[in-house]
Amino acid sequence: MAVKIALPKGRLLRKTAALLQKADWRLDEYHSSMGFYRPKSGKFPDLLIRVFHEKDIPIQIAMGNYDLGICGLDWVEELLAKYPSSDVIKVKDLLYGESSLYMAAAGKSLDLRQNGAPIRIASEYPNLAEAFALKNRLSRFSIFPVWGAAEAYPPENADMVLLSAGGTADIAGYGLSPFGQVLDFSTFLIANRNSWGNKHLDKIVTSILNALPETSKSVAERNDDIPFSNTGNIRAQKPGKDIVYLALPDGHQQQQTVELLNKAGIKIDDYPSDIGNRRPKIGIDGVTVKVIRPQDMPLQVANGNFDLAITGRDWLADHLAQFPSSPVKEILDLKLRRVRLVAVVSQELPINNPGDLLRFSAGREEPFRLASEYVNIADKYARENHLGHYRVIPTWGATEAFLPEDADLLIENTETGRTIARHNLKIIETLFESTACLIGNTGSVADANKNKRIESIVKRLRTAAGNE
Amino acid sequence: MKIQRCKGMRDMSPVEMAVFRWVVGICRDCYIKWGYREVRTPTIEYLHLFTSAGTLTPGMLGKVYSFLDWDGWSGERVVLRPDGTIPVARLYTESMLGQGLARLFYTANMFTFEGGEGNRERWQCGAELIGAGSAIADAELIALSLEIVKKLGLKGVELRLSHAGLMQALLAKLKLTPEEQHRMFDSILDGDTTLLSEASRESSELGDLLLPLLSKKGQSADFLRDQRASLCRSIPGMRSPLDDFLKTVSILDDLGIKYQINIASGAGFEYYTGMIFQLFSGREKIGGGGRYDALISAMGGGDVPASGFAIYLDRLIKLVKATTIVSPQPRRILIKVVYDASAKEAFIIADALRNAGFIAEIDLDGREAGWILEVKSAAAMAFIDKVKSKKTSVRSVDEVIKLLEGKGGG
Repeated sequence: MAVKIALPKGRLLRKTAALLQKADWRLDEYHSSMGFYRPKSGKFPDLLIRVFHEKDIPIQIAMGNYDLGICGLDWVEELLAKYPSSDVIKVKDLLYGESSLYMAAAGKSLDLRQNGAPIRIASEYPNLAEAFALKNRLSRFSIFPVWGAAEAYPPENADMVLLSAGGTADIAGYGLSPFGQVLDFSTFLIANRNSWGNKHLDKIVTSILNALPETSKSVAERNDDIPFSNTGNIRAQKPGKDIVYLALPDGHQQQQTVELLNKAGIKIDDYPSDIGNRRPKIGIDGVTVKVIRPQDMPLQVANGNFDLAITGRDWLADHLAQFPSSPVKEILDLKLRRVRLVAVVSQELPINNPGDLLRFSAGREEPFRLASEYVNIADKYARENHLGHYRVIPTWGATEAFLPEDADLLIENTETGRTIARHNLKIIETLFESTACLIGNTGSVADANKNKRIESIVKRLRTAAGNE
Repeated sequence: MKIQRCKGMRDMSPVEMAVFRWVVGICRDCYIKWGYREVRTPTIEYLHLFTSAGTLTPGMLGKVYSFLDWDGWSGERVVLRPDGTIPVARLYTESMLGQGLARLFYTANMFTFEGGEGNRERWQCGAELIGAGSAIADAELIALSLEIVKKLGLKGVELRLSHAGLMQALLAKLKLTPEEQHRMFDSILDGDTTLLSEASRESSELGDLLLPLLSKKGQSADFLRDQRASLCRSIPGMRSPLDDFLKTVSILDDLGIKYQINIASGAGFEYYTGMIFQLFSGREKIGGGGRYDALISAMGGGDVPASGFAIYLDRLIKLVKATTIVSPQPRRILIKVVYDASAKEAFIIADALRNAGFIAEIDLDGREAGWILEVKSAAAMAFIDKVKSKKTSVRSVDEVIKLLEGKGGG
């Protein structure tokens, strides 16, 4: 059986490509920017190569979809923190992409054993954050899993963050103080435990290891350990009673959001920000703005960190699928960035509509696999379509690469459907249409102190968006 | 697709349930006769009930089934109950505070992750004695647990004693930071004494003092009494827990209860503050408990001393053979409905037989049985005794009961 390897896109792509070039793999397109999900190797023509978001790779290896993978050790440890018996073997430190995970807070130190209100920890690494909280015996804590921008949360919206950074200086650059180093990591070659014992991986592994630089350097030797300090108390001040907290999106949604805000006559300084400012000033009294990931907004509005947010209906729907009674609602359709959420399968499958799903999944031994960035929507979709034995595979983008080998169905967003067609996939159902919308906490909207300001923002945006 | 139960979880067949009920029945009888009253707590609790300082070790917390509830947008998790004592202490704190002494017991399943083929769901039947802090209370729990073991017919059960206060005093002597001390206590409680042996090897004074205490199993109370003066001189902090421990041990001596003392015997819970005891049948731990005087105060319930123990049902059920269980089973009679039209009569007669104390089963698949009653109509029935190969015509329920009772067997 062909050996399968998962390679990272994103921050590790360039150095991984360089390593494999040195190993004479002669990849045709890994380092190109277009359609790079399925490169081929001149040296190992039978090797099946797929390119994933780094975060997806340990999961793919653990599930046995791939025999080998290259990714940061941080994501391996994140998986093992929750699932210690995962079938993942750390084969070799590839000695690049070094970084560390720090626990940081806005002040100098934090009283970890306080009682009463839970300590809030925001992180892209929720499992490691939970392990940290348990190990340090936090008596009560909440974990906010975030897609990104964890550094923006303290002190108002989280007491601590677990985040990756090259060094303590980077943490200081965010205006935070590191108070614990949780993990030093670099890029690792990892393998599936069963494949390691049963498949002939030696030629491939040897070629990678031979291309490594001769060095004794190891991450374990880097040592700027910071002792934990448990004194003092810098719990965040309570937010102002009548201040309205508005979350604005980062990333590619910024430009359209700015245009809409301009049209609404709402002036915001330094947004989008060239210097990564996540706290731009808004020209409305009593309103405070923070820039975070749109994916994270519904949860942050639900837990009261923000009153209002501009995000996609897709992310609101995913949140409500997880928490049906959540106090978050759509206030206003902003009619921006129109996409469809669709269920997608491979052209090769005899499935043309949702009705075929049940027949197809009931007729096979293996669980039906749904891959999606929207794990809760995917889970709900599987339940509503009565799929008996199914699994939801969480992904962090580039989901098309999962079909047909590594998943049976995707829940994806699409603007034109062209990417889906290009990957030899077909849409079997449109779940709903998603646009940018203004969401709000129902409690805040009903709050007499905030209501007037919220109403004024809604009114201006409604006019700008053409919702009369 | 093959349907199967979730890994690590357990089914109990009718035969296993009979054993389970029998074992639980004996526990219940004993608890009730000692004045304990039954309670039940929910399967799901907040995670922070268990993370609150000094309740479960991080090693155990790393294995709980925790998840976000359907309204868990605050990010706080809930868990499947990993322990029996903490929820009962929570129940007491929440709704029985101020009622003074409470003797409570429960039968419940606990959930903790175990790798491989280990049980992830475990049943236990436990007692909590809340509001009493005396050595007599400690002795009551130990005597009660041994009575249960005896009534279950288990021979050669070994009682091992330790004391959380003594362990803490010894650890304090190692001059560790609070974090290290915590970690070491946790590792001992999680059953690992390597950290401790390493640390005590570094100081000859400690080595001389601690290693005999920690390593030797089966220390007698006399050893502790003899060493009391020198131990307290070296470690003044030992005086109070040692005296406390010896007090309990003296009562056990008076009661003629045999025990072994093993200070470093771990496998406990972080909430223990005083005496800890474990019951072993061979290598199998079948029960255990201890004193947890700080738990209710940590939950905000004030200064309420408490102690408790649990009997591990899964392990006991393996040891108790189904054949040793003699419980009077009601006699069973199979009712055959001869014509569909006689169903009503059959139901009425079955009901009357049940009221008379028999198991009356309506035949649905044409099976055979020791006693069969064929019902044609209310006045036309045939009683068949298979053992005696005898068929008798009967006209009323009273006649049937007379036959059943008069002739016995079945």
